[in-house]
Amino acid sequence: MSHIHVKTTINGDAVEFLCQADETLLDVLRDRLDLTGSKEGCASGDCGACSVTLDGRLVCSCLMLGAEAEGSKIETIEGMAEGETLHPLQQAFLDHAALQCGVCTPGFLIAAKALLEKNPDPSEEETRYWLAGNLCRCTGYDKIIRAVLAAAKNMRETA
Amino acid sequence: MTKVEYTPREFKVVGTRPLRPDGIDKVTGRARYGADISAPGMLVGMVLRSPHAHARIKSIDTSAAEALPGVKAVVTRADFTHQPEDNATADILDNCMAGEKVLYDGHAVAAVAATSRNAAIAAVAAIKVDYDVLPHVMDVDDAMKLGAPVLLKGRKQETVPAEMSDNVLTRNQYGHGDPEEGFKQADLIIERTFKTAATHQGYIEPHACLATLGADGQGDMWVCTQGHYMVRNTCAAILGLDAGRLRVTASEIGGGFGGKTTVFLEPTALVLSRKSGRPVKMTMTRDEVFRASGPTASTSIDIKIGMTKDGKITAATGDYRYQNGAYEAMNGTLGAMTGFAPYDLEHVRTTGWDVVTNRPKAAAYRAPGAPMAAFAVESVIDELAGELGLDPIDVRLKNAAREGTRAAYGPTYPAIGLEATLEAAKAHPHWSAPLGKNQGRGVACGFWFNFGGDTCVSLMINPDGTVSLSEGNPDIGGSRASMSMMAAEELGVPMEQVRTIVADTASLGQNEVTDGSRVTFAVGLATIKAARHAIEIMKERAAMTWGIDVDAVEWVDGAAQPAGPNAGKFPPMSIGEIAAIAANTGGPIAGHHEVNAEGAGVSFGTHIADTEVDPETGAVKILRYTVFQDAGKAVHPSYVEGQFQGGAVQGIGWALNEEYVYGEDGRLQNPGFLDYRIPVASDLPMIDPVILEIPNPGHPYGVRGVGETGIVPPLATVANAVSRAAGIRLTSLPMSPPKVLAALKGG
Repeated sequence: MSHIHVKTTINGDAVEFLCQADETLLDVLRDRLDLTGSKEGCASGDCGACSVTLDGRLVCSCLMLGAEAEGSKIETIEGMAEGETLHPLQQAFLDHAALQCGVCTPGFLIAAKALLEKNPDPSEEETRYWLAGNLCRCTGYDKIIRAVLAAAKNMRETA
Repeated sequence: MTKVEYTPREFKVVGTRPLRPDGIDKVTGRARYGADISAPGMLVGMVLRSPHAHARIKSIDTSAAEALPGVKAVVTRADFTHQPEDNATADILDNCMAGEKVLYDGHAVAAVAATSRNAAIAAVAAIKVDYDVLPHVMDVDDAMKLGAPVLLKGRKQETVPAEMSDNVLTRNQYGHGDPEEGFKQADLIIERTFKTAATHQGYIEPHACLATLGADGQGDMWVCTQGHYMVRNTCAAILGLDAGRLRVTASEIGGGFGGKTTVFLEPTALVLSRKSGRPVKMTMTRDEVFRASGPTASTSIDIKIGMTKDGKITAATGDYRYQNGAYEAMNGTLGAMTGFAPYDLEHVRTTGWDVVTNRPKAAAYRAPGAPMAAFAVESVIDELAGELGLDPIDVRLKNAAREGTRAAYGPTYPAIGLEATLEAAKAHPHWSAPLGKNQGRGVACGFWFNFGGDTCVSLMINPDGTVSLSEGNPDIGGSRASMSMMAAEELGVPMEQVRTIVADTASLGQNEVTDGSRVTFAVGLATIKAARHAIEIMKERAAMTWGIDVDAVEWVDGAAQPAGPNAGKFPPMSIGEIAAIAANTGGPIAGHHEVNAEGAGVSFGTHIADTEVDPETGAVKILRYTVFQDAGKAVHPSYVEGQFQGGAVQGIGWALNEEYVYGEDGRLQNPGFLDYRIPVASDLPMIDPVILEIPNPGHPYGVRGVGETGIVPPLATVANAVSRAAGIRLTSLPMSPPKVLAALKGG
């Protein structure tokens, strides 16, 4: 199968890659670009572990093709911290013990960041519904929700 | 009796909530899980799985697959040339790669290794298998009957009656007293039959491994597992390798809950690597995880309990029939042991039946066997309390097991925390909060044994006085933090001075799997003992430096100092100072401890749930949920709370939604997260965790395992709440909307 040449911006860097027509964006990120922070939990868009943003829109990278990313700006978990400074959501997840095994954490962080960019002051219910596409089996979500709400408050106060 | 290890003390580090040492890696995407690693020249491994629930394999033709471009190895059972020495290992091999028969939809029949995923997919599709399809059986009660399709002949133990099918492998009985006599003393007897569906642990990370095995029998593996020593030992036994020549490194693990306590892909990955001469990486799809890993048992349970008007249980019996999938497991036995464990009973008798069916072999799932048993027992107790007009917490307190109680499964309890959880529940504002229309409140108790087992820890004092701690158990929920905290507590240094790593199988002695809620207990105990060992050496070095007797040296706040004025006047020597001159006082300093840890300390919990039942749809909403559980001593309370919350929510999913759905053809119909629906954030309220601390005599700090008990009470807690919300008694899980609606309509 021939390869397709794709030009993108990933976490602020210009990135070009070759991929086959049937490769998902998640496959490209993980297998071609070694950005393994995005996880494959289901490959069917049900678990959210592969969440990234594409031109600011939250997507499951397992549900789109790598070739479809041509010309777009992609943000993954690897681009969330600025150097050694964690994003307030990352810090809040640590402070609130919002992870146990941690495999769903990148997806939750990307999804929560997308929420707060749309709605800096979400209610608990809005947060729960926004994050309903991200599965966590360890925490029962309690500490995740608390962490997101605490980060939102922190970001509003320091904005 | 187990040795008393516990001594009361004031804690400085234990009981605080520091940031976990693996945290930054996990919030930045740097942490490496099973599928996150590659090797030069690596091939992609893939499995061909049976589409049939039960069939004889007449022939497998791999020639077309082998001829495809990019295909470097194709293997079948014929490539597993070593015959395992014991039946248990032979069963594991047969589960990993089918022999003469396939026993469930998803059973592996062949595997390939190819240069790309597409090449592997094409190769799997090109393998031709000729099946002779056989009748199958999925339900436990059906499988027990004579005349049911038989999976494996000649496995039935002598204790199983002759009039039962060969699918019934074991019968185990527990209890004491004379239940028939006890029932005569009862004012009310309730007897009910319950059924629960099979569920899956639902860890978000699918199974994955990277394997290299040379023709010389030397190999390396990177595996997502709850126990890399188990992986090494099991693969070695299956393939006839020397365990010492196989080194296994545990990846970060993306959830397990018991489901990663055995092998599925690993032996096959090794055989593919040996045959192809290349490293082979295998990952399961979610479909494969559901069809071919280790879900839990489905059950059919009879419970009969007699009670006096004032709430005293006079007798109790239980018949626990569990299907464990296609091979022998002991969930039914564990159900029979645990169901009545919270109660002090004069007359009790239980029977556990373990049965095989044409489903994937059950693996452990968090307190395996216990949640279903508690669902049945706690439902009947709740119904008795309701019928007799008694408070359900008071009834449980009246019958609660306590120190000195002879447990229904045999032993006599040391200090336990069941009453403390019940008293805390009764006093909690949740228990007396008002309820609205269509709302109800349920309560239930749960028990789990906990476990200790083989454990090795090594604790190195580095030249700069920092500490490196090696343990051998994958960190599934924050255990590296807990180990660093316990080592720091014992040494008298800040937690950040101790870095804990999970060592590979070549770097420490044997370690039992991360299971049985054992790690914080057993590895913690070994960590404390290893620290004490290092302290003894450091005291000797200080004594040598000062020229005094070692008995005249004591260890205080991370430093050696003379024990009192008679010992001599010397300024304290810190770990750093002792470490800096270690080369001149006898060489490097390290402590270690190896133990088969006993005294794990049984664990109890009590849960309260408020539910609202929608009379139009039958949907059940969880409004409020509180967990009360004895942790012995919470080393890192945030992660203890996390265990309580996570266990409760898994139990809520089991109670309300989760279910393996098989078609008439024996094929799994819902092998994905869309149709096998685990709870999502919008389904739930906050889960309020209340930690009780009744010290475990068997641990130096009083620690009990906390990981499993949290999933035991929720099935019954939610069922009891639904019962009180809607006036219906549901005896079948899950309580999905169609079932609830039918019950509401009297169907």
